[in-house]
Amino acid sequence: MAGQDQAIHLLSLAELSKGLSSRDFSSRELVADLLSRIDGDETLNAFITVTADQALSFAEECDKARSKGDIGALNGLPIVYKDIFCTKGVLTTCGSRILENFVSPYDATVVERMASAGAVMLGKTNMDEFAMGSSSETSYFGPVRNPWDSERTPGGSSGGSAAAVAARLTPAATGTDTGGSIRQPAALTGTVGLKPTYGRVSRYGMIAFASSLDQAGVITRTAEDAAMLLAVMAGFDERDSTSVDHPVPDYVGGLTAPMKGRKIGIVRQHFDEGLDEQCAARVKDALSALEQQGAELIEIDLPNLDLSVPTYYVVAPAECSSNLSRFDGVRFGRRANDAKDLFDLYCRSRGEGFGAEVKRRIMTGTYVLSAGYYDAYYLKAQKVRQLISQDFRNAFEKVDVIAGPTTPTPAFKLGDKTDDPITMYLNDIYTIGANLAGLPGISVPCGFVDDLPVGLQLVGPHFAEETILACAHQYQSVCDWHQRCPEAYQ
Amino acid sequence: MNDAWEVVIGLEIHNRLATNSKMFSGAANAYGADVNTQACLVDLGYPGVLPVLNADVVRMACKFGLAINATVARRCVFARKNYFYPDLPKGYQISQFELPIVHDGELMIKDDKGDDKRIGITRAHLEEDAGKSIHEGFDQCTAIDLNRSGTPLLEIVSEPDLRSAKEAIAYMRKIHSIVRYLEISDGNMEEGSFRCDANVSVRPIGQEELGTRTELKNLNSFRFVEKAINFEINRQIDVLEDGGKVVQETRLYDSDRDETRPMRSKEEANDYRYFPDPDLLPVEIDDAFVAEVEKTLPELPDAKQLRFVEQYELKVEDTEILTLSRAVADYFEAVAINFAGKAQIAANWVIGELSAALNREGVEIIDSKIGPTDLAGLLSRIQDGTISGKIAKEVFEAMWAGEGSADEIIEAKGLRQITDSSAIEKIVDAVIAANPAQVEQYQSGKDKLLGFFVGQVMKETGGKAHPGQVNEVLKSRLKKD
Amino acid sequence: MLARLQLEEDQIDDIVAKLSSIVDFVDQLRQAPTDDVEPMAHPLNQVQRLRPDAVTEGNELDAIHSNAPAVSDGFYLVPKVIE
Repeated sequence: MAGQDQAIHLLSLAELSKGLSSRDFSSRELVADLLSRIDGDETLNAFITVTADQALSFAEECDKARSKGDIGALNGLPIVYKDIFCTKGVLTTCGSRILENFVSPYDATVVERMASAGAVMLGKTNMDEFAMGSSSETSYFGPVRNPWDSERTPGGSSGGSAAAVAARLTPAATGTDTGGSIRQPAALTGTVGLKPTYGRVSRYGMIAFASSLDQAGVITRTAEDAAMLLAVMAGFDERDSTSVDHPVPDYVGGLTAPMKGRKIGIVRQHFDEGLDEQCAARVKDALSALEQQGAELIEIDLPNLDLSVPTYYVVAPAECSSNLSRFDGVRFGRRANDAKDLFDLYCRSRGEGFGAEVKRRIMTGTYVLSAGYYDAYYLKAQKVRQLISQDFRNAFEKVDVIAGPTTPTPAFKLGDKTDDPITMYLNDIYTIGANLAGLPGISVPCGFVDDLPVGLQLVGPHFAEETILACAHQYQSVCDWHQRCPEAYQ
Repeated sequence: MNDAWEVVIGLEIHNRLATNSKMFSGAANAYGADVNTQACLVDLGYPGVLPVLNADVVRMACKFGLAINATVARRCVFARKNYFYPDLPKGYQISQFELPIVHDGELMIKDDKGDDKRIGITRAHLEEDAGKSIHEGFDQCTAIDLNRSGTPLLEIVSEPDLRSAKEAIAYMRKIHSIVRYLEISDGNMEEGSFRCDANVSVRPIGQEELGTRTELKNLNSFRFVEKAINFEINRQIDVLEDGGKVVQETRLYDSDRDETRPMRSKEEANDYRYFPDPDLLPVEIDDAFVAEVEKTLPELPDAKQLRFVEQYELKVEDTEILTLSRAVADYFEAVAINFAGKAQIAANWVIGELSAALNREGVEIIDSKIGPTDLAGLLSRIQDGTISGKIAKEVFEAMWAGEGSADEIIEAKGLRQITDSSAIEKIVDAVIAANPAQVEQYQSGKDKLLGFFVGQVMKETGGKAHPGQVNEVLKSRLKKD
Repeated sequence: MLARLQLEEDQIDDIVAKLSSIVDFVDQLRQAPTDDVEPMAHPLNQVQRLRPDAVTEGNELDAIHSNAPAVSDGFYLVPKVIE
């Protein structure tokens, strides 16, 4: 897969890295090419901010550094950041009106690490407001569209990142995943989405939604690319109390571990009437492929799977209702005009600044934490969370990896689910468990239904990123779903 | 005063811990910095920032727990207290709710009769402070300074065991003394390092059920605490005796008018929706940690006081004053160790002359212009008769002014006491000869005039004649033959 | 209101209806058997790490000034609060 016969924008991060090494092209050329693709796209609305000038000058510096020899692992390679990551000197909106004017004075740890490794920021991607949503329709800056069908959503909340990668506007993107917000859009856009173990990647500088569930991750086109990025992002950060001091293995080196002998769990509760038949068929085909590669498929139970969505929708709103209290128009962000008193200032700044879904979740959260309800809702949900985690612990005694569908359906049409929140929430049924239990998960493309991508999800025990990346990589060596590109973006 | 009523008081003391950096951030924890120069992004509640706990804060809380005989929780949890106020940047305060770091402690005070009384301490928990709101001087606006946001507080909650304002003050002073002994707080009330809220209620004597209580805030001196509590007690009794009911509310003390009045509620609804802070993890303390902290415990005020009474044979009242602060107690002991005479003398000088000089110059004892060994030197010269007690005061002032050691000053100013009997006799004779009228008066019965003669001799000798000898010689010389 | 959110009149009915459906939805949790189960606050059972007591941050006056909607002499300004 040489860099010469394929257009530069179709190359994977690994291929681009080789191309830069071999001087097939410079970082500046690469970045300029992608910037013009981004500029030329008027459909997707994947970006909130494009940092063109900054990108070009940083790319030039990377080229200079390369000629001197001392360079980081991602030198000159392009990346985009979901607009939930604070970027110093650059607008950081979290998809919300209340931060429409917020220029962050500091970089998130993830951004710092990427930049130190030489990655070139092309811009900040669009997302569901404050990461609350599964369709990227709640953004103040307009919805994101799916490159495979512009009438459909790319999923959410990291929809902008997923769309940008799928449309080959960038080979790499960061996202965040609280209930599936990386894996679900990856599945709906035919890309790879990785959510690491809770605590594997620092949350410092990542605007908090639900602190005990949020994790930073990546969206790429291959498992190998995801491994390259994770290697840079992962690791202990003393600025984050929930960051785990666990050694970072050689993710890229570990990709070649063979599939043979792997025990793969298939969850009985996954394949019920909630799952679209055709999606089920694609997933089953993928599972057969794994089996042919030498994996052993074992049926397992996650008996409390059904309770994972209601549990999440108590815990996440509770935490976010508190996390979002700091957005009050006092120290940063949008302040309502002519507030007549403090109460008015708070209520109108927040009333005008937040969208409907955010308000709903704040109110739900406030409710479940309030006196008299705390035990019945929040405390109860935390106990059910323990049960769900126990289910996974039990499962991992029998299997190395749990495999199944990432989403119950392929991409749905814009506006389809905005009327009923519950239908939207049920989208997350397969992904949420991993957040509640803090487990690493990855979604890889495994086929198409009506020309729309379908994802296969692999979930591993804590700190088993190596395992799921290797399985994904091995799977991608025997199929080419991940190389399919939406027609409009070839 | 109130024979029919029993007063029930509980105190909540907020103590700023004397760490270098704040509770959850690396910003400096110092008083008096320029506006908003000591608030980092974590303290400002910016998007994406996270708290990380300061180790010394845990050590200090643990130390306090040990000093009050409390249980130091091996596992404690931080909880968010959610409410909106502009000086609370995150919209919640990180505090502790169900699982505080210290609980079930006690300390001893003296009650109104002077007997020992045990006061229970329900809990002491850690929390971060909010910033400051300034309502005056900003043209229709309130100004917010977040320097104080995130500074570490230890909130100490007493059982409602206090029965009078005096007891409340005694308890408060004890806590004040302990935290300074432990070096976990500078206890500076003017700077807000030591703030007290009082919960006050009354009930008919004999009734078990507690009366409705009010919470008094804004009590930033010992005097105000006492006055506010007393005012509130009387107010509540008046209300109840008139057949009314006490309203449960928060009241501010107005020191200009010496009264309490209701505060306009700052939160419409007081549901703080406490839940464990998900950005922080449970704190686990093991026995080894506690043992390490225990090694750093100093001798506490009560123990020191008892020891001073026994070891140095001091008056009890004096030991109370000397042990109020560790610095003073240490100074006193350094003097006593270097002085061969009675320790009570050293105590008298520390409580008397030295304190006066320190107060005059507004200086703390650690900055005293006369060190303990030098003071001991001075006292030794009184002890061995080199100078009189009165002259010693002069020497003291000269030492304070930096003129040298006691010996150097005595030499330089020729202040040695005159003890040579013939010299004294000579001067006595001269004085007697010069004042025949007074001699006659004295000899006809006006004994008090002895003082006049002593004064004259002292004047002649520049105060250096040995007073005792002067008295003796005068008496014998003036005796009617 | 506790959450300090102002809602438009026309939004209120819709929000109330949706909130009710959400609450009904999460009520399913009641059936779960959690009698002897410990609540899980963090998925990895970690313990809080302690930071050494050192001053590592300076002031952020520049950020304060550039981000604040209303600031004067270094102070943040809000409509006057009466206590």
